[in-house]
Amino acid sequence: MSKTTQIIERCLALYEDLDFTAARQWKDAEQGRHVIGFLPIYIPRELIHAAGMLPLGIYGGGDQMEVIQGDAFYQSYICRIPRSTMELSLTGRLDFVDGMLFPSICDVIRNLSGVWKLTQPDTYVRYVDVPQNYDKDIGGKFYIQEMRELMEGLEGISGRKITDEALLESIKLYNINRDLLRELYRLRAVVPWNIPVSEVYLLMRAGQVLPVEEHNEMLEEYLQAVSAVDKPRRDNVKVVLNGMFCEQPPLNLIRSIELAGCYVVDDDFILVNRWLRENVLETGDPLQNLSDAFLEHSTRTSATYEPCEELKGSQLLEAVRKSGAEGVIFAAPSFCDPALLEKPMLEDVLNKNGIPNVSFKYAENTGQMQPIREQAGTFADSIKLWS
Amino acid sequence: MTTDNNTKAPVNLAKDVQKDHSQLMQKEMIRGNYKKLAEAVDDPDKKVVYTFVPGNLNELIQCFDVVGNYPEINALQSAMQKKTGAYIMEAERHGQDEDVCTYVKSDLGMMRKGNVGPSGDKIADPDLLLLSYTGCFTFMKWFEALRHEYKCDTTMLHVPYQGDGIITSNMRDYVVKQLKEDIIPALERTSGVKFDIDRLRENMRHSAKAEDKLVRVLQTAKNKPSPIDSYFGGIYYVGPSFSSFRGTPECTAYYDALWDEVNARVKAGQGPVTPEGVMQKERYRLVVEGPPNYTHMREFWKMFYDEGAVVVASSYTKVGGVYENGFRHDPDNPLESLADYCLGCYTNLNLPARTEMLENYINDYEADGLLINSIKSCNSFSAGQLLMMNEIEKRTGKPAAFVETDLVDPRYFSSSNVKNRLESYFQMIEQKRNSSAA
Ligand code: SF4
Ligand code: SF4
Repeated sequence: MSKTTQIIERCLALYEDLDFTAARQWKDAEQGRHVIGFLPIYIPRELIHAAGMLPLGIYGGGDQMEVIQGDAFYQSYICRIPRSTMELSLTGRLDFVDGMLFPSICDVIRNLSGVWKLTQPDTYVRYVDVPQNYDKDIGGKFYIQEMRELMEGLEGISGRKITDEALLESIKLYNINRDLLRELYRLRAVVPWNIPVSEVYLLMRAGQVLPVEEHNEMLEEYLQAVSAVDKPRRDNVKVVLNGMFCEQPPLNLIRSIELAGCYVVDDDFILVNRWLRENVLETGDPLQNLSDAFLEHSTRTSATYEPCEELKGSQLLEAVRKSGAEGVIFAAPSFCDPALLEKPMLEDVLNKNGIPNVSFKYAENTGQMQPIREQAGTFADSIKLWS
Repeated sequence: MTTDNNTKAPVNLAKDVQKDHSQLMQKEMIRGNYKKLAEAVDDPDKKVVYTFVPGNLNELIQCFDVVGNYPEINALQSAMQKKTGAYIMEAERHGQDEDVCTYVKSDLGMMRKGNVGPSGDKIADPDLLLLSYTGCFTFMKWFEALRHEYKCDTTMLHVPYQGDGIITSNMRDYVVKQLKEDIIPALERTSGVKFDIDRLRENMRHSAKAEDKLVRVLQTAKNKPSPIDSYFGGIYYVGPSFSSFRGTPECTAYYDALWDEVNARVKAGQGPVTPEGVMQKERYRLVVEGPPNYTHMREFWKMFYDEGAVVVASSYTKVGGVYENGFRHDPDNPLESLADYCLGCYTNLNLPARTEMLENYINDYEADGLLINSIKSCNSFSAGQLLMMNEIEKRTGKPAAFVETDLVDPRYFSSSNVKNRLESYFQMIEQKRNSSAA
């Protein structure tokens, strides 16, 4: 078995393990360890790491878990991720988690924080607000104080202070992670036939359950191993995927897109990994640094406000240009207001720039891949035909 | 279940017109505002500011001599006139998804069809979009979508969510700073009028008076029979305070008139006024969570008053401000109090706080139970409502029920489903009563 296959098999096992065994083992390995769960889209994981805790990304139950109890909490017209996340909780799969963070992304996850408070009164639960105002003196000050309050909450769980030194050290480790992921994405855009989208996705997901140190090692090994891979190049078109930042598509759906003739050269999977597009300063005041990085280098996505109309969609355009993509596939979860309300604006920007695009909806338990494969295939053919 | 013909009295027009003086006043106020919005189409000196109901900064907006336009109000008024079905389809034809908030689609569809408002006149394009991002994520995308079309100036007030059920000084400071650094300068820029804090204080004085009266009116529902319906009637009562009028003398005058009318009904021991006259026999007292359906408002309401059901308290009448716990716009701390107002709007409260509020309503208003009208396209309200329902049943021992409709999309109002659910619910209440009496 090749090294890349070995790594990806490990990632697949982590991805499929809805009992989060790796995180449980990490916690059990030493007395006094704690695990903090978080939902999409962004939280400063450095704070959790600096508290000596494991940040655990929770992305619903995927297509492998039957949702029974969780359905009793949500109407049919609400997306799937909150109900499958509830299922994870109600079936005891998250019973080892010491705290849960619900980031500012949309009203569903916002309200899920309240559902958690009501159903798990003994767990530390925090809604993590981030500023939509990017002025240092306004949004920056607010954010620093929010981070302080979050740190106090974490300190309350661990019983020990988070020092500046520890936080700067964590920033360094996550900077390495960001560097490695940037390299992975850069390389993938150059040789997408050697780095299938499913592998990128699984590597990104592994970072949600492993300690950052281990994830960094894994990424280094993968990057080294993949440089020796030389698979045949197919007559695929290059596309950017957009809209999959919260409720996760089934792995088969991601694979189907590639099988249908599209090399995915950029995407918005697991954005917490790549939210900060540049590294955080590693010296000085760590909270200030995290705040500055957030204000200046955040990914612009549906979950954020774009203050400047001229910049609407500019990051998507940049992703297309940088990766050499020939088109964009919008794939949004059903009932997802952020993704679905953003889409027409982005489509308009792409159309004005002559970039072909297509869209479809999915749910985390979408079973029928054929229609999606057909749509992606037709899209790829039309690009080949007209370009 | 048959209709109890004794539950309502025949309409006495002369008497009702007199009784509904406040309603006529409100109509006039709304008409006047639409007239201003229409005049602004051809008058470049009249500046128009679009903004939202929750977290609306009307006292501030009024300081700049601009005309306020509330797209949510246009959508609901258009829904009552049966226009939103076509607007929504128009927006969907232009790329909006079937799953998203129908308020947004109604507004975008209306714009695409010429922006003719509910009054029949064209509404002027915005000079400024004042995005008060309070209690609903969709607001942010809504005004981005409008800006994308109008390419006009936009200013955003980010109001943090009360995740822990409290307003922290960090949240308040953040909002105040945005008011000072972003919102006020944007309004000055648009209007050419310099900000005058004394004018703001004066407007806030008016607001506080109106808020006192509004609270008194809503609390009359504690009487038996309740002289008001706090949901179907309530949406009219909160109208002036939730839109372009709060902070104006007309708004205060409206609440004076309303108070006189409602107080007279209290003294006379009368029930609420329905579209078919005064409801005679109060049989069920309900608390309602969630917005109403506007496309079939009359039909929906009739399902209640035909059965003698009156809504004694509702959460929807708190989306534009929660006043019952003592909050008032405070002229002595104008910006801080605007911040607290925004932070305290109903959909900005966390789920435990919303649940507690409804629980208190059931107890304080001696209600028979809770009804949730869950809105298909509104995540802000709807996500988590099933848990709220179960919690409230558990805490109060009173039965709860769930119906599903939409605010302004006529495709999602199934009359027979809603009626069946309501009938079973009323039977459930009866059974509960009988079993506790036994
Ligand atoms: S999928 Fe969309 S609507 Fe659902 S929780 Fe995620 S961001 Fe919110
Ligand atoms: S989602 Fe709900 S609260 Fe938000 S704009 Fe739509 S109807 Fe209003």
